[in-house]
Amino acid sequence: MDNNRTNKSSSIEQSSTVNRQLSIECRKLTKQFGAFKAVDEISFDVEQGEIFGFLGANGAGKTTAMRILCGLSYPTSGQATVAGFDVYKQQESIKKNIGYMSQKFSLYDNLTILENIEFYGGVYGVSRPDIKTRSNKLITTLGLEKEAKKLVGELPLGWKQKLAFSVAIFHRPKIVFLDEPTGGVDPVTRRQFWDMIYEAAADGITVFVTTHYMDEAEYCNRISVMVDGRVEALDSPANLKNKFNTDTMDDVFYQLARGAKRMDN
Amino acid sequence: MKTLLFILQKEFRQILRDKTILAMMLVAPTMQLIILPLAANFEVKNVNVAYIDHDHSSYSQKLENKIASSGYFKIAGSPGSFKEGLELIEYGNADLVLEIPAGFEKNLVRESNQKVNLSVDAINGTKAALGGAYLVQVLADFNSNLDVNIKSPKNQIAAPSAKISVESINWYNPRAEYKYYMVPGILVLLLTMIGGFITALNIVKEKEIGTIEQINVTPIKKWQFILGKLIPFWIVGMIVFTIGLTVMYLVYGIFPTGSLLALYLFAAVYLVALLGLGLLISTFADTQLQAMFIAYFFMMIFMLMSGFFTSVDSMPDWARTMSDFTPVTHFIKVVRLIVLKGAGLADVGTELGYLAMFAVVLNGFAIWNYRKTT
Repeated sequence: MDNNRTNKSSSIEQSSTVNRQLSIECRKLTKQFGAFKAVDEISFDVEQGEIFGFLGANGAGKTTAMRILCGLSYPTSGQATVAGFDVYKQQESIKKNIGYMSQKFSLYDNLTILENIEFYGGVYGVSRPDIKTRSNKLITTLGLEKEAKKLVGELPLGWKQKLAFSVAIFHRPKIVFLDEPTGGVDPVTRRQFWDMIYEAAADGITVFVTTHYMDEAEYCNRISVMVDGRVEALDSPANLKNKFNTDTMDDVFYQLARGAKRMDN
Repeated sequence: MKTLLFILQKEFRQILRDKTILAMMLVAPTMQLIILPLAANFEVKNVNVAYIDHDHSSYSQKLENKIASSGYFKIAGSPGSFKEGLELIEYGNADLVLEIPAGFEKNLVRESNQKVNLSVDAINGTKAALGGAYLVQVLADFNSNLDVNIKSPKNQIAAPSAKISVESINWYNPRAEYKYYMVPGILVLLLTMIGGFITALNIVKEKEIGTIEQINVTPIKKWQFILGKLIPFWIVGMIVFTIGLTVMYLVYGIFPTGSLLALYLFAAVYLVALLGLGLLISTFADTQLQAMFIAYFFMMIFMLMSGFFTSVDSMPDWARTMSDFTPVTHFIKVVRLIVLKGAGLADVGTELGYLAMFAVVLNGFAIWNYRKTT
């Protein structure tokens, strides 16, 4: 624990020396349901443009923490800001500046690809002409020209997920939250999905992603591992592997998570 | 405002794309309006009578013919004993047993007095009460027309007995037909279903598939989301109401005698109130099944308490108070007043106040209870 704390504070110092902006700041953020602490005093920072992996076993509290950061849920105590806005009072400002892709597929199955894009773009305040040019470009990039007017419900899962991600960053948010975006997706599509994440990060969008795939954890700039509601490790994948004396992220995760007392939700 | 337009565009696309729901909303009400009034008829006809004749006289024969030709009764059998007659009731083949004792004619002529036994199956309360009453009327009529009474020397001596005869006229519904009473009521129930059920199910469906979470994480404001849901179904409701009025005119020849404008104003306010109820239900329910049951619970109470089936005036005090707190009550009352009695807006101001109150309270509560952040 102490190790992690020092690591984290050093990374904050690094960031302040190069004067990089923080996308997310978390201080002792806690969410309690009755006596149960789903999220237990977690503290971390995410820099702008960073790909931040948020790992943990099922039931570790990842989704709860993410919902607080997205303004969907009130914390019980602690502080956090997202894109500079407070999670207690400025949820609506947070919502304007983030994109969110939940575990559940959340585009409308009974709308076409273009209609989905138009709706989500529109409610984020993208103008109609912009929606038109950007969605045409997006359709070409994704290679979905023939499917553009098909109902989303008819698409295979991998395409749906890529589309959902594209929709989540369509309004060019500062931060995008991805909750297990590649669950159930084949390895090739997963690879393509991560290419898209890299492109988004290169455009300056901060990516906050949860995953269970350790190969995906390797793609992140930094990762945190949650165990029983607490952040037990936070560093770059390489540093973590050094610290835990192993070659694989699998092993790092295993060493951290086997002490977990909570089982599946 | 722009955001609201995007939401409305999306809602209308979804409504128009779901052909099943669309058919449910537009075709089903028309069908119901055509079929229900024909079946939902409170008149008692075809009462089955077991006629036990121990007398076998010309009088008892005449009485049987009179009963059978009255139009309300069918002679279900002529059992030999009361026990057999009761068996007919037990098997559900007869609703009434009328037992004519031996010596019926003789006693009538000689002693001017004879008792008959009438037993009624009271399981179906309405049929029993009305059927029994009809039969007593038939008997009274038979009694006054008996030769023995008309030709009785006593009657010729005595002054002719005074007799009050009543001529009644049915206002607003001259032939006292139930369809005039039922059809406007059914129209109201249809709007109630659209308002209460479909909105609730629609929003809860978004909860179930998870899109509501995606909506909650966008900058869409609460009022935008709620208006985005209410406006489309309000429009659908008004279309259904118009279809209903058309069916009412084409099929039943009923055209509102009162102000059409007032009728539409009421429908408009009423729909807002009921949509508010649907919205409120959706803030409590997490699954469509829950929403269905909650909505169904309210619909049952609404139907029974609204005066659709039974008169509110004959309810006990507590039930009348409850009935006042049921939006359907006021709309049914108003629709009947406007359509049949020719009421104008000035006559139904109080009811409009009630409905407006429901609209404000239900929607206010729903908006207060809808949370983007939990």
